[in-house]
Amino acid sequence: MSLAAVPGVVAVTTVAGGLPPTPLFPIQGALGDLLFGVLLWFLEQWYWLMDWIYYFTGLEVINPRYRFMHRALLVGLCVGVMAPLIGTFLVHRQLALIGDALAHTGFAGVAVGLFLNAVIDLGVSPYLTAVVVAMIAALFIELISEVTDAYNDVSMAIVLSTGFALGTTLISLNAGGLAVGVNQFLFGNLSTVSPQSAAILLALFVVIVGTVAVTRNQLLYITFDETAAAVSGISVNWYNRVMVMLTAMVVVGAMQIMGVILVAAMLVVPVAGATQVSRSFSESLVVSVVLAELAVLLGIGIAYYGGVTAGGIIVLVAVAIYVCAVALGKIQSARGDRAPPETGSINADGADVGSGAGGD
Amino acid sequence: MSTQEFDADPDAPVIELSGVSFGYAATPVVKDVSLAVDPGEYVAVVGPNGSGKSTLLQLTLGLLEPDAGTVRLFGSHADRFDNGERVGYVAQQASAAREMPITVREVVKMGRFPHVGFGRLSSEDWAIVDDALSTVGMSAFADRRITRLSGGQRQRAFIARALAGEADLLVLDEPTVGVDAESVDAFYTLLGALNAERITVLLIEHDIAAVAEHADRVVCLNREVYFDGSSGEFVESDALARAFGTASIGGEDG
Repeated sequence: MSLAAVPGVVAVTTVAGGLPPTPLFPIQGALGDLLFGVLLWFLEQWYWLMDWIYYFTGLEVINPRYRFMHRALLVGLCVGVMAPLIGTFLVHRQLALIGDALAHTGFAGVAVGLFLNAVIDLGVSPYLTAVVVAMIAALFIELISEVTDAYNDVSMAIVLSTGFALGTTLISLNAGGLAVGVNQFLFGNLSTVSPQSAAILLALFVVIVGTVAVTRNQLLYITFDETAAAVSGISVNWYNRVMVMLTAMVVVGAMQIMGVILVAAMLVVPVAGATQVSRSFSESLVVSVVLAELAVLLGIGIAYYGGVTAGGIIVLVAVAIYVCAVALGKIQSARGDRAPPETGSINADGADVGSGAGGD
Repeated sequence: MSTQEFDADPDAPVIELSGVSFGYAATPVVKDVSLAVDPGEYVAVVGPNGSGKSTLLQLTLGLLEPDAGTVRLFGSHADRFDNGERVGYVAQQASAAREMPITVREVVKMGRFPHVGFGRLSSEDWAIVDDALSTVGMSAFADRRITRLSGGQRQRAFIARALAGEADLLVLDEPTVGVDAESVDAFYTLLGALNAERITVLLIEHDIAAVAEHADRVVCLNREVYFDGSSGEFVESDALARAFGTASIGGEDG
């Protein structure tokens, strides 16, 4: 196999649990090596940029001695873009909880990865098995909803608890070595973001942002008005499948620093905040990303200096920002209650026919 | 793109239902309906609540598949129909997302999506959007959040979205519910003007007086077609009484 071409992936698989150095990156073949090489090269450039910023600002949090912090920041920034990006399309379809359900199946995927590594020395990153399992679960949720004609709480709750139950069972089967590694997946950990998992996240980031950029029209139409979208020739089921798969990717990507339990918050809380203060959809997308980035950066900073778990503090900061957004939204609408513009009349063919329609 | 092949015969029916039946389990919602709508017609479908009007509409648009019979839209099977830009659709109020931050202009913009696909809207597309907005008298509201508007204003925005699509066929499902009386009049005048430009109109309406006054042709439905003819004949016929009469009896068993 060409695995030897990937630097630093000697047989470390006995250190199950994804503790650094993480097990090897299992995309095989020349293409996989090339892709991985590009991502690692990008990571090098990122270190270089961080070193420069450190040189100018002297911020201790990005001291070049702590490469893991550089990676954690990169992961955090990517999550801050992709989570609200996907979350916006979910929240406005009342699918806020799907992220939670997928995170728990992602946890099952982590457990599967750890289990396979421990039992048959497979040596894959648990994040990769998590992506696969979460995406299968995502498709499963979507197919259930297509058959039953509705996303419902019950099927979501069943998938959520099945995922978590499967995860805990697999881990308890294997107690000894694994329990150590489980905490970092449950609660996230800044210091365990390995170059490999950072590379996986970058790949997910490219796929997610690229897909949303291409299909933004269709996603917007379906989110706002599914029936009219279907009439206009958009294949609603296909885009829904794409959407849940992207959600699974985001969730697993964000799990590294947020942990299973809190990851869904990044999909929902910044979006909820942006909804309060934005008027247009494009504005709400931008605002939600800004709010999420703010929460991530502040959260990581506080976590570093205060020595607390990053996932929890990021969510607390995000909620604090949300509260501010609600307040701001109230002030905005109070001030915006000036006289509304007058409704124009309906013009048939340019001729002013409905003069009575104005001024209500 | 492939619109050319459809345009080959300009007088071919826009909508063609033959022997269409549809039912949830045993009770048929729509039973053996045959109906053809030619280009440029102005057809209203009336009937009591639960008479299968909306189901018929969904069948026509390919959102539901009939249990029996065939539905053709612009000559191709409705459920495989993919020329979304030829159909403009205005639904009953409830269908759109309620608390989403989105402006009126962004909603109307969606009417152009079937034309642009994955691309961006060109300046011509935006000009069409703004024209549609001014046609329904909503230019001043273009940058307002749509969820903060009244029901009537919101419905105008949805009509503008259908107009922005420059469709050949407008399908409207009780479009005037929740719209104030004066706007309803103006709205029907607008529909008449669009129809005069050879846009085919299929309207589902509960307001029978409005239908009799504005539409050219009325289809009275209660599971089956009770009447299909000009609106003048409809007023004189007893179709309505028969359709609504059976409805109240049929209502007993669900």
